[in-house]
Amino acid sequence: MTDPAPIVSVKNLVKAFGKFHAVDRISFEVFPGEIFGFLGANGAGKTTAIKMLTGLWKPTSGEATVAGYDIYKEAESIKRDIGYMSQKFSLYSDLSVVENIRLFGGIYGLGKEEIKMKSDDLLKRLNLEKEAGSLISSLPLGWKQKLAFSVAMLHDPKIIFLDEPTGGVDPITRRQFWDMIYEAADRGKTIFVTTHYMDEAEYCDRISMMVSGKIAALGTPGALKKGFKARDMDEVFVGIAREGKSLAE
Amino acid sequence: MRTIRFLIQKEFLQIFRNKSILPIIIVAPVIQLLVLAYAADFEIRNLKIYWNDQDQSTASSRLRDKISSSEYFSLTDVSFEYIDLNEELDKGKTDLILNVPIGFERDYLTSEKSEIQLLVNAIDGIKAGLGSFYLSQVARDFSLEVGGELMAKMPLKKIDLQVIETTYSFWFNPFLNYKTYMVPGILVILVTMIGAFISSMNIVREKELGTIEQLNVTPLKKYQFILGKMIPLWIIGLFEFSLGLLVAKLVFNIPIVGSLLLLYGFTAVYLVMVVGIGMFISTVTETQQQAMFISWFFLVIFILMGGLFTPIENMPPWAQKITLINPVRYFIEVIRLVMLKGSGLQDIGRQIIVVVFYAIIINSLAVWRYRKTT
Repeated sequence: MTDPAPIVSVKNLVKAFGKFHAVDRISFEVFPGEIFGFLGANGAGKTTAIKMLTGLWKPTSGEATVAGYDIYKEAESIKRDIGYMSQKFSLYSDLSVVENIRLFGGIYGLGKEEIKMKSDDLLKRLNLEKEAGSLISSLPLGWKQKLAFSVAMLHDPKIIFLDEPTGGVDPITRRQFWDMIYEAADRGKTIFVTTHYMDEAEYCDRISMMVSGKIAALGTPGALKKGFKARDMDEVFVGIAREGKSLAE
Repeated sequence: MRTIRFLIQKEFLQIFRNKSILPIIIVAPVIQLLVLAYAADFEIRNLKIYWNDQDQSTASSRLRDKISSSEYFSLTDVSFEYIDLNEELDKGKTDLILNVPIGFERDYLTSEKSEIQLLVNAIDGIKAGLGSFYLSQVARDFSLEVGGELMAKMPLKKIDLQVIETTYSFWFNPFLNYKTYMVPGILVILVTMIGAFISSMNIVREKELGTIEQLNVTPLKKYQFILGKMIPLWIIGLFEFSLGLLVAKLVFNIPIVGSLLLLYGFTAVYLVMVVGIGMFISTVTETQQQAMFISWFFLVIFILMGGLFTPIENMPPWAQKITLINPVRYFIEVIRLVMLKGSGLQDIGRQIIVVVFYAIIINSLAVWRYRKTT
């Protein structure tokens, strides 16, 4: 991670709902090829932050660029270079697997041949060839999540934002899901992932811990564990919560 | 265009798989048209009359025969003495009470005027209005026919009976067939209702499911999104209209005097507006329930003030002004003009301009309100 040009750069970003600051002056950088973990309890502001970076919500103040584009002025340009998978499962459950792939391929402007090729390749990799014609609603959650991740990468984005992709999924599927994340990172993708599973934090290259809208800690899992004299990330989290202390400053 | 085609394909796949929307589109309009066309019949027959005859004369019994021979009335109660008429009306068993006072025949033959008293149960305004109108027609006929006869036997007084004959001929609906008049109007309401409902539910449903977020993080353009939603709904609206027209023609044999092309042209523009209303509601609401309530609010006003159930000329001036902003009014006018009267393009120019204007306004609002970034 020595690439000097960050692919995501955030400075003092704020999202306020009235007096409540869901995201309160956060700053960080993400470098190409990194798996960047965004950790925190429910309601810590992870989803809000991700929604601003993907151009779904307008920030209240602060600066940020994603893939070199300004999130205020060039939100639509950003959308070409990012993939997004939300915690609210968002493929069309009343469409079949291939119909979903075709739809999103079409929206991203892929050619007919390209869609067909990618779709075959994707089904093979996920072992979903037999389910190609099944409606999404009939698939188990774990399969849906893997499929949603693959669809989010259909257009070869530079960065993929995953908002709690493994929520409600069994440990084996979670493991497989992380294998997919590693694979994508190996292919040079930058992964921006939020989770509240502390064990998943260990899989990330670098993590930032959010506590009530602020980044309370930022660094590699090893450095954080060392800093808090903790055996695992769970202890780091408890440590941060208890002391309210911040390593980020 | 290619992107929009993918979106249209998606919408149709979803609509055809939706087990609750599909019957609404196909079965509901047919059933509603069949039921409503028979139910929305304003002709009144068999009004119940309480005959209170205190005169008991030749003249009064002739009047009674005249009334009971009419298909509009049936004598349900008869009495010959003074009774508390209010009480009878209160009981609600009768629609009209006709009170013939003592001296009716005498007054009729000797003085300038004679009176009968009519009490009308006006809970149902239409029934009351038509009932009293019919009855005064009968009374008028009576004085022309029977009065002349009776007077001929009474040489005491000679009056020139002035007979004014009114002859009727009903243009564009020669037999005053209610269905000819109602069915096209009902069709307009059905197309408006279904069009507005399914389109107002559409975007909001994606909001509820969260799928709209997935679309909003793509480089999809606003106009592509809106057109991808509107075109399928617009096609369904046209299908709906054709289905209704077919029922109107095959079941009710409603004439289509004017140009079918003109009718479809107007419908096409009208539907752009209706779908636009739905889209706009969809963009300002967060749940299907909210969208439903707001659609209802507007639809009820549009329908009741559209001129189908109450003629616009009968409304008070302020209400007539309100109907000027009611799109349903214009479509009802157009469909009647074109189907029944055979009006051409130049006759419905005003309605076209108004609807085009609305279509532009409401769709601009919908596009403006739809935000990829909130």
